Amino acid sequence: MSEAYFPVGPGLGMEENFLSLDDILMSQEKLPGRAESALPRLAVLLGQGAGSGESVPEGSKLEIPLWLAKGLHDSKRRIISVELPKIYKEAWRTVFSADANVVDLHKMGPYYYGLGSQLLNFENPENPEIAQTILQASTFIARFRRIMDSSQNAYNEDTSALVARLDELERALFQVGQKGLNDFQCWEKGQASQITASSLVQNYGKRKLTEVDG
Amino acid sequence: ERNQADVSEAKAGRTDLIFLIRFRHCCLLRNQRCLLAYLYDRLLRIRALRWEYGSVLPNAIQFHMSAEEVEWFNRYKKSLATYMRSVGGEEGLDLTQDIKPPKSLYIEVRCLRDHGEFEVDDGTTILLKKNSQHFLPRWKCEQLIRQGVLEHVLN
Repeated sequence: MSEAYFPVGPGLGMEENFLSLDDILMSQEKLPGRAESALPRLAVLLGQGAGSGESVPEGSKLEIPLWLAKGLHDSKRRIISVELPKIYKEAWRTVFSADANVVDLHKMGPYYYGLGSQLLNFENPENPEIAQTILQASTFIARFRRIMDSSQNAYNEDTSALVARLDELERALFQVGQKGLNDFQCWEKGQASQITASSLVQNYGKRKLTEVDG
Repeated sequence: ERNQADVSEAKAGRTDLIFLIRFRHCCLLRNQRCLLAYLYDRLLRIRALRWEYGSVLPNAIQFHMSAEEVEWFNRYKKSLATYMRSVGGEEGLDLTQDIKPPKSLYIEVRCLRDHGEFEVDDGTTILLKKNSQHFLPRWKCEQLIRQGVLEHVLN
């Protein structure tokens, strides 16, 4: 299954891929926000009221998933205003500029890069700095070197310690590196021309699928 | 239906309900997106099955596919076959063969399961019993290896 199955990958930059499962998971992440105007009858849906028909008062704080924030956001900002999650704020940005390799990005929201790119969609005076931080020497470039090194040199080892602190984008990169390494080793051993059973068939034997008569 | 009721109310003049409609609309779009992505992913995997497993799917897998997916698989098979026939001369070119570069014409295989009898080009039949080893032409065994019946043995 692994050789012929090409799933839809996550989108690049400020656009998401509609059919990408990774993007769907990423847009489920919650953002802090504020209700700009009174929102009648939404209280129940957002988990704050006791009965239907109550309104969420103006200015109250909400935690909403990204897809909802994108849908309700209006350039005239009548409904919702979105604030940046902590990790994209000033304090954390200085941490990143100090030493980016130390931060556990998986704990801080496993979709740091993806969510950050999507945040640029909402107007926010700090946008250029966020963009800088995500891409520039503060985070991605600094961590990338280490990811590349470790993925190319960990052959047949338990990599969970290395991978634990990476967010999803970095993990994908790591796996690509590992796959390249494994393929190369396979070629060196002369196994490149060995025909193998498809991985689906190998799982078939392990899991008991329901038996069908006839 | 609740959305429809709200829409008519909004048109009647309560403009503060617009966001509520918008909210429900967002939820509906979200559900639609999740469903579409799931179905699309299933199709991608079914397509991969044609390349990895062959043109006949085992019953257990077909049982889990919906009627539309089976139909899609058959149509994909047909398009692929038409394409393969049009490429490469008179009899066409089987693109699903030789996925890894071949090193020799005949290969050594070991049988993993009882599969019954197997006919070779010059007419002789070989009985495929568990753990028996044979030296067979590559193009005949490739599909059986991919299906897990035989195992390619390297020296």
